[in-house]
Amino acid sequence: MWNSLTRCREAMALAVLIGWTAAAGAADIGQIKVTKGQVAIERQGKSMPAAVGARLQVADIVRTGADGSVGITMDDDSLLSAGPNSVLSLDQYAFDSATNQGRLDTSLNKGTLSVISGRIAKQTQDAMTVRTPTAILGVRGTEFVVSAND
Amino acid sequence: MTDPSRWLRRVAALAGLCVILGGCASGGNVVLLPEKDGRQTAVSVKQGDKEVVLDRPYAAARTTSVGPRAYAASAAEVDAQFGPALAAQPARAVSFTLYFIEGKDEFTEQSKQVVYGILSEIATRPVPDVLVVGHTDTVGSDQANDLLGQQRADIVRVALIRLGVPADDIHAISRGKRSLAVPTANGVAEPLNRRVEIVVR
Repeated sequence: MWNSLTRCREAMALAVLIGWTAAAGAADIGQIKVTKGQVAIERQGKSMPAAVGARLQVADIVRTGADGSVGITMDDDSLLSAGPNSVLSLDQYAFDSATNQGRLDTSLNKGTLSVISGRIAKQTQDAMTVRTPTAILGVRGTEFVVSAND
Repeated sequence: MTDPSRWLRRVAALAGLCVILGGCASGGNVVLLPEKDGRQTAVSVKQGDKEVVLDRPYAAARTTSVGPRAYAASAAEVDAQFGPALAAQPARAVSFTLYFIEGKDEFTEQSKQVVYGILSEIATRPVPDVLVVGHTDTVGSDQANDLLGQQRADIVRVALIRLGVPADDIHAISRGKRSLAVPTANGVAEPLNRRVEIVVR
């Protein structure tokens, strides 16, 4: 009786913990690690200056000015970094840290981007994509650069 | 100021190049970079039903009005075009592993030394975030191991907080016995599987 009560309490604590991490994960998908010059995050139509340490959410759009560049680490360890005059949009993100399964879809609307893919692309081929105005890139666990003109 | 006639000549030369390359209403380009560990990787470039797969270092494609066109890029070209983007790359994630005494939430003696390495890696990063992943061997049920893995991860989390790492920067999760470092049958006590992985990024 005592035993099953303890176990029940442990299970409840675990459930609360898992629920909490899931909730935190839903909001936070990555973090800005590097900025230079002008960098802004556009969220729900509002633009704010992006500082090192800022957390990113799904549907955020990151813009750099003529002198700007930005480096982002996603939760699955993917690294995205954009050069000057770039517009990068984080369209879709889902990641299960227990299985490494998920999806990461981004768009480079203009500018330059360097990508080092993370756990999502390593686990599942083409689960990470980068869209430009003219093409869709399917990532197979890799490091590359991409540019997009207006 | 640049001499205008020289500028014009450059534009004309560029236009000529575009015709040769087949349509320069170019939407941009993609270049596959060499992997640090020499692993074979690839990226596919699709425009509608036309696809080019880049699978060698510096294999590249330009998107044009008639689909992706493959070409060979060079390191110098990549630096000239993508220098600022590459310079902004965050530091790669670095992983550490701490090992535990069987069935307990206590580190082995050697693992205590690793903690200093973790702290110095954290100190080199302007905004570190730390993922702590608890693992177990295959002795016991899934449920018991999920709990034990979480206990181990939590202990490391608390230890890091005590050593000055901000609590908000550390996430502790458990993979139980789902991600074995050394594959074993069920019910095998394997010291190398009783571990906590610490990813600093």
